[in-house]
Amino acid sequence: MEAMGWGRYPKTTAELIQPADSQALQKFIASQKKSASCIGRGSGRSYGDSALAEQLVSSRFLDNFLELDQQQNVLRCGAGVKLGDILKICIPRGLFLPVLPGTKAVSVGGAIAADVHGKNHHLDGSFCSHVKSISLVLASGELVTCSEQENPELFRATCSGMGLTGIIIEATLSLDSIPSSSINQRSLIANNLAECFEHIEDNADSKYSVAWLDCLATNKNLGRSVLYLGEHAASKNRKTDTLYRERSGLGIPFSAPSFLLNKTTMSAFNASYFGAQKRKKSSTTLRCDNYFFPLDSISNWNRLYGSKGFLQYQFVIPSEGALEGITSVLEKISEKGKGSFLTVLKKFGEANENLLSFPQSGYTLTLDFKNEPALFPLLEELDRIVLAHDGRLYLAKDARMSMEVFKASYPNWERFMSIKNKVDPDNLFASLQSNRLGLTQ
Amino acid sequence: MKVLIIGATSAIAKASARIYAELGCSLHLIARREDQLELLANDLLVRGATKVSHSVLDLNKFAKHGKTLDAAFTELGSVDIALICHGSLPNQEKVEQSFKQAQKEINTNGISVISLLTELAPKFIEQQQGTIAVITSVAGDRGRQPNFVYGAAKSLVSTYLQGLRGKLLAHSVNIVDIRPGLVDSPMTAQFPKGPLWSSPERIAQKIVKSIRRGSHTVYAPGYWRVIMFVVSAIPEFVFKRLTF
Repeated sequence: MEAMGWGRYPKTTAELIQPADSQALQKFIASQKKSASCIGRGSGRSYGDSALAEQLVSSRFLDNFLELDQQQNVLRCGAGVKLGDILKICIPRGLFLPVLPGTKAVSVGGAIAADVHGKNHHLDGSFCSHVKSISLVLASGELVTCSEQENPELFRATCSGMGLTGIIIEATLSLDSIPSSSINQRSLIANNLAECFEHIEDNADSKYSVAWLDCLATNKNLGRSVLYLGEHAASKNRKTDTLYRERSGLGIPFSAPSFLLNKTTMSAFNASYFGAQKRKKSSTTLRCDNYFFPLDSISNWNRLYGSKGFLQYQFVIPSEGALEGITSVLEKISEKGKGSFLTVLKKFGEANENLLSFPQSGYTLTLDFKNEPALFPLLEELDRIVLAHDGRLYLAKDARMSMEVFKASYPNWERFMSIKNKVDPDNLFASLQSNRLGLTQ
Repeated sequence: MKVLIIGATSAIAKASARIYAELGCSLHLIARREDQLELLANDLLVRGATKVSHSVLDLNKFAKHGKTLDAAFTELGSVDIALICHGSLPNQEKVEQSFKQAQKEINTNGISVISLLTELAPKFIEQQQGTIAVITSVAGDRGRQPNFVYGAAKSLVSTYLQGLRGKLLAHSVNIVDIRPGLVDSPMTAQFPKGPLWSSPERIAQKIVKSIRRGSHTVYAPGYWRVIMFVVSAIPEFVFKRLTF
């Protein structure tokens, strides 16, 4: 079958294996020849080529809830369970996932492999900071459990390990208690990047914080943005406040012609969005889905970028150089006549100890670009700016970073390799990305 | 609501059970593998089921059907919905060449269901209410070359259900015949998938909806009714030459 990531670039031919249960998975792994390679795949929501290989091992049928301990607020579930399924069972019980990425379609296994982050990273860290233990099938076919206490090295390599240590089959997660699932949102307008940074610093204690940025504004308007701050609303009525209503909305049935997204339409969209936000009330209460997953309401929104797909470019730069670095990136994009339809800025808290984890103390900017040949040289120039400011790129979104850029920006890659060589010496678990980055082969 | 699911660990059954669990139902599950049953029971409890119990049964051991169903009814008290989901997809060439294999497949997909229905009918008559829903297949609508043994077993069940529906009408018991088209599940893992394939979750939503509405014959998804109407309308002198 034809396989691709959420960005629909690159595309490859792969065989999809969907084990019906963990025994079937172990049998499949044990039957693999020395030269074979495969990679675990959850919901296919990583953007680039991190879940692409000759054989894709799907966690689709490993989707059972195993145990919910409401005294300890701990959930044990299969790796194929999606975060949205967890919210569905948690919210009515007054519980919540401590970290939510921008879509609830991601699987637990995928969230661990990419150590995903949310709008509260500055306070609560990334997804794996709330993972108590993981069970995975190693290349030998052996089933092992790891946590901070048990096999801690394997745990640090599996959290953020992009599926290269084995196939995650289940995990134990800590949950938070919430008064209600609604979010009180406050929005602050910033007329340029420096002002946005000030707003973010002034509101560092706000639970959720993320800024939308007009990537196409230039000169004195460069970095004009809207900062969205969020807090869980207090409970007015316990029964209705913990109702979880899922949003269902539009879908994009097929790839849109890619010329629809050009600099003029993007610029018009961004300017009118900024104008509309300026006029809007600055405080409002939103339902959980509308606050956390606005894009989920348009299923297959990735088709808007046309049949050639798109590339997301997310980097983080440590706070000292962030204003300067992000300004250079935005100027470079504008200089090359490119633009990003949706641009998001967020401040990260401290990094954790997971070996290939992306977040580190500083500012992260996410941009998306339509796939076209002229884009690749631009992204290489952006890589140089990011590296010059001691930053790095997010592996879950990457489809083209060079081995040199990766090795220069992820200082723990050698420690990761030593663990990988121990548990998977023949590189059974390898993706197109890990081959490109020199982690396998 | 109290729901009995037979063949509970199949993909469609599992997806249906999850919907009933989220509605807060009590469930009794019947299937062959104990470890799988326990896994599913835990999953359903977390999803919100009031109570989940289970019995282990190899559905080809007909003699045990009565006792197992007695136990299920005792466990649940009464049964609002009985959903029969088990089945297997045979390799057509093998079953054509070996009667023993064909008999085994017809037993699994056809005779075992008749045995279950024979046991269930008097229990539902006694209750004077409820729904018996059975998953058959669009393959039962016409005998096609690639799967007519499977199709014959399924059409046996469909014909039986039509008659039983009339018998039970006076007792306020409804019979739903669910005919899924191509479903992307572990049972069909070896087939390449195309646009006509649907997920077990989609079929399950349709099952729950049609049981609630009191439907009779349900194609899942609905467009299979049109496809099978066309397939059934092809004149035999043409149809006999088709190999699809």
